[in-house]
Amino acid sequence: MEIGLSLVAQAFAFAALIAVTVKFIWPPLLKAIETRQKEIADGLAAAQEGRSALEVAAKKSEATLAEAKQKATEIIGQAEKRATQIVEEAKGNAKAEGDRIITGAKAEIDQEVNRAKEGLRAQVSALAIAGAEKILRKEIDGKAHSEMLSKLAAEL
Amino acid sequence: MATEHAEKVLTPTEYIQHHLSFNTHSVSDGSFWTLNIDSLVMSIVLGLLVMGLVWLVARKATSGVPTKGQAFVELIFSFVDDQVKNIFHGNRHSFIAPTALTVFLWVLAMNAMDFLPVDGVASLASLIGGEHTKWRAVPTSDINTTFALALAVWILMIYFSIKVKGLGGWIHELFCAPFGSAKFFKPKSFLGFIGLIASPLLFVANFAFNIIEYVSKPLSHSLRLFGNMYAGEVIFLLLGMWAATGLVGMFAGAVLGALWSIFHILIVALQAFIFMMLTVVYLAMAHESH
Repeated sequence: MEIGLSLVAQAFAFAALIAVTVKFIWPPLLKAIETRQKEIADGLAAAQEGRSALEVAAKKSEATLAEAKQKATEIIGQAEKRATQIVEEAKGNAKAEGDRIITGAKAEIDQEVNRAKEGLRAQVSALAIAGAEKILRKEIDGKAHSEMLSKLAAEL
Repeated sequence: MATEHAEKVLTPTEYIQHHLSFNTHSVSDGSFWTLNIDSLVMSIVLGLLVMGLVWLVARKATSGVPTKGQAFVELIFSFVDDQVKNIFHGNRHSFIAPTALTVFLWVLAMNAMDFLPVDGVASLASLIGGEHTKWRAVPTSDINTTFALALAVWILMIYFSIKVKGLGGWIHELFCAPFGSAKFFKPKSFLGFIGLIASPLLFVANFAFNIIEYVSKPLSHSLRLFGNMYAGEVIFLLLGMWAATGLVGMFAGAVLGALWSIFHILIVALQAFIFMMLTVVYLAMAHESH
């Protein structure tokens, strides 16, 4: 129970141990722990960021998809409209062409009829003359009467 | 023949006295100039061992996945750091927290020497140093050790007081805290007159109060640890003596010794913790100004 020189020696030992801890033990441990804490915090923050980025991307892709769908519907609608239009146009064109062909054919038919009528007319007059010649050969002079007959034919 | 026999048989008092004496070495004349070799060797070896082990871990400390050893050291580190953080609100990492860690681990290791069997240590000492070599294994049951620690903390306390508040601030606090000073000193008024008379009285009261505080702090700090460890050792010695009385005593001594050892684990850890906490509290108080 006596206080002695040991006290002084122990106090110096204590001081030395504190110095060692202050200099060599506490700083590396503190650094390791604080660095780890920071790393974990950073990792958690990065994960949070990634999660929000994923959310944004999902929303964006959804929007893009919806837009694409709408566009596709629009395009299909337009195409249908255009198809109907084309069919209508084709129908119109065909009808016009048909009409044109029919008109042409009718005109040609009229022309043919007229030509046939001309031919017939000429032949009828020739026949009438021939018939009359045959009848009249015996009675009258052909020259005198042919003039009258041609006048008659022209009146026809 | 009877007297010769009586000399050989160890009386209980002699037994306890033998176990409670230090292995001393006189440096010079006078009772102060002695070194307690056993306390010194045990405490220094334990300090080097414990702090060395921690240093080995701290040297290779990684911020990545820690090894089991590092995890264990970090557990103690965080425990001490949390305690200091709750008490001291300055930059604890530069001095106070490392000091707390040193105190805790060192005192814990020195206290834990109480688990060594008292007679085993004595036998080993006799084997090595010859018969009746004295060797006390628990440095903290030596008042020199605990008082050395408490005085070192006391000096640090005064050092930080002066460092934080300045020499003038510290002296001012010695005389003007905790009761304050008569600040209402106004000449030619009744209150001023009272203040004039009260001021010196307050200085005296404050100073006396502070002196008591400065004396009682290291005493209570060191004696608490010393008393607990010393008493623990004495109880182990008494149980050991009982065990030497015969078969019944042997069983009683063994059972009670085991129980006391188990209970002593709590005391050993608790006293180390309390010693650390008081160290931190005293040093934190030194940083606060009133």
